[in-house]
Amino acid sequence: MQMYDLPDIHGHFGPYGGVYVAETLMAALDELKREYEAARHDPDFQEEFRHELRHYVGRPSPIYHARRWSKLLGGAQIYLKREDLNHTGAHKINNTIGQALLARRMGKKRVIAETGAGQHGVASATVAARYGMECVVYMGSEDIKRQSPNVYRMKLLGATVVGVESGSKTLKDALNEAMRDWVTNVESTFYILGTAAGPHPYPMLVRDFQSIIGEESKVQMAEMLGRQPDAVIACVGGGSNAIGIFYPYIPVEGVRLIGVEAGGRGIASGQHAAPLSAGTPGVLHGFRSYLMQDANGQIIETHSVSAGLDYPGVGPEHSWLKDAGRAEYVSINDDEALTAFHNLCRYEGIIPALESSHALAHAAKIAPTMDKDKILLVNLSGRGDKDINTVARLSGIEI
Amino acid sequence: MSRIASVFATLKTQGRKALIPFITAGDPAPDKTVPLMHALVAGGADIIELGVPFSDPMADGPTIQRASERALKYGVGLHDVLAMVAEFRLINTATPVVLMGYANPIEAMGWDRFCSEAASAGLDGVLTVDYPPEESAEFAAKCAAAGLDNIYLLAPTTPDARIEAITRLAHGFVYYVSLKGVTGAANLDLAEVAAKVGAIRARAGLPVGVGFGIRDGETARLVANVADAVVIGSRIVQEIENSSPDKAAENVQNFVAGVRAALDK
Ligand SMILES: Cc1ncc(COP(=O)(O)O)c(C=O)c1O
Repeated sequence: MQMYDLPDIHGHFGPYGGVYVAETLMAALDELKREYEAARHDPDFQEEFRHELRHYVGRPSPIYHARRWSKLLGGAQIYLKREDLNHTGAHKINNTIGQALLARRMGKKRVIAETGAGQHGVASATVAARYGMECVVYMGSEDIKRQSPNVYRMKLLGATVVGVESGSKTLKDALNEAMRDWVTNVESTFYILGTAAGPHPYPMLVRDFQSIIGEESKVQMAEMLGRQPDAVIACVGGGSNAIGIFYPYIPVEGVRLIGVEAGGRGIASGQHAAPLSAGTPGVLHGFRSYLMQDANGQIIETHSVSAGLDYPGVGPEHSWLKDAGRAEYVSINDDEALTAFHNLCRYEGIIPALESSHALAHAAKIAPTMDKDKILLVNLSGRGDKDINTVARLSGIEI
Repeated sequence: MSRIASVFATLKTQGRKALIPFITAGDPAPDKTVPLMHALVAGGADIIELGVPFSDPMADGPTIQRASERALKYGVGLHDVLAMVAEFRLINTATPVVLMGYANPIEAMGWDRFCSEAASAGLDGVLTVDYPPEESAEFAAKCAAAGLDNIYLLAPTTPDARIEAITRLAHGFVYYVSLKGVTGAANLDLAEVAAKVGAIRARAGLPVGVGFGIRDGETARLVANVADAVVIGSRIVQEIENSSPDKAAENVQNFVAGVRAALDK
């Protein structure tokens, strides 16, 4: 596929994306659009962003050949893009640094964020501490329970964590509450949105900040192997780590792009978080995209073992890539993800995030069907320290 | 003339201001909505704003969020809401009804189907919080063709040039959101409202309604001094929440009558 120039100036990726928000936020989004457009073309901004990624985040993150696990699976070679080695332990920090630099440029001293797994909350609290900003993080009370280490981490970093009790008490409700805060404090506050979703220009700017993942990968693969992978695989919650590694590969022929959604207890059970696999287009949280909804247009409660994938929508660019046929989207169930989680621990000495374990599980599923000289590049979006309580509980162990 | 336009025309000749109470359809239960609508009229409502329950009411504060949740327990959807409007119309053919809600229930029904069902139910207008003009030109054209007024929001943050652009597109009336925040918030600044509404009225060829954060007759009266209509939502929903289901209509009617008296003073 040829490289495209999307979103258009209205934030549309074909029929998806856009700016579906209450009037009170329109001016703030216009301001953000203008400011981002300026920053994008400002060499100083880009230079500082790259500097922070290198010296604060520790980029470039390495690519690692999971030799033992690949051998065991008996097929394609699996390579891991190690976003888990970033400062704060996930890809989320790439985006929060970019947005915090924008916030500073715009003179905003207060930042807010929503979080599911807590990784984006931690990454936001981290940059707020780094740049001297007040930080409030909204988190569903259900997620506060299952991701308690990250809650304490945010507090250590000086952020205020606000539990959200409405709706399903997970990521989508945290996003609602962050939007409500923003509408109330719109002049003083910068909303650091954690994924490649929300109203324009968020899907675009999050993609741009996360694209460092794919840009590095292209260089590293060429250096290591003299070739690009046969497929790039990433988990899809809102879609930021996936679009970050996919985007630079879009014009590269012969590279399949595979997004892995949370299949929960199985697509047939209805208890999942896989809008691209089993949803229909609609409008939520300021943009049009595939959604999990009922016949009345009410958003359906999602289920996933991983809090970071437990979201009923998906970034609009993924909806567009699906319809355009450039990326494929599949789902992986809770139990398959858990198996991959344990296997990576045992065979490679890496504890992956449950979110990333979905991408790993799909790689493990297709690798054995492929020749040994084929290459799968998996975005290991985060480390799994935050998940050890969940995994222990599912194994019947109290820690 | 549309039902909304004729209400404002009549009030103008009487030197009175419009009172627009809000309730959520299906709250506290689906069979209570039509009686509540009649009670609002009996209390002195000029236009009724009927909330369409939505699972993710991003622009609403806790009170209206809970009303949505109560209605959704009964599975109340947009079809049901339009059926309630049709039932209300069996008795009342004079009071305009405007739906207030979010885009996705309309998206799920489809624009054409919504417009035709809404028109045959006797609906007068629709206010979709997350359909700014940028995203709703085609929908607005379909509404206009079906005789539905598309009500747009203006906010404290809306710049003057945009006020002009939006009021040019608007039908029925424009709705000024009186504060930066969600429904039911408590940070209403009357001086700021007066200044902004003055600027809007200077540009709009349409009546200006003001809502969000108006909780009593006295505030309503002060706001009505500078606007053509006042919208009261969370305070009425609160009255429903705090009443036993059988008493809700009576209590709501009394509350609305109190506001009406203050407005007409
Ligand atoms: C490690 C990790 N991977 C993936 C995700 C999913 O988000 P996204 O789809 O935006 O990458 C999260 C979200 O919390 C996460 O923490």
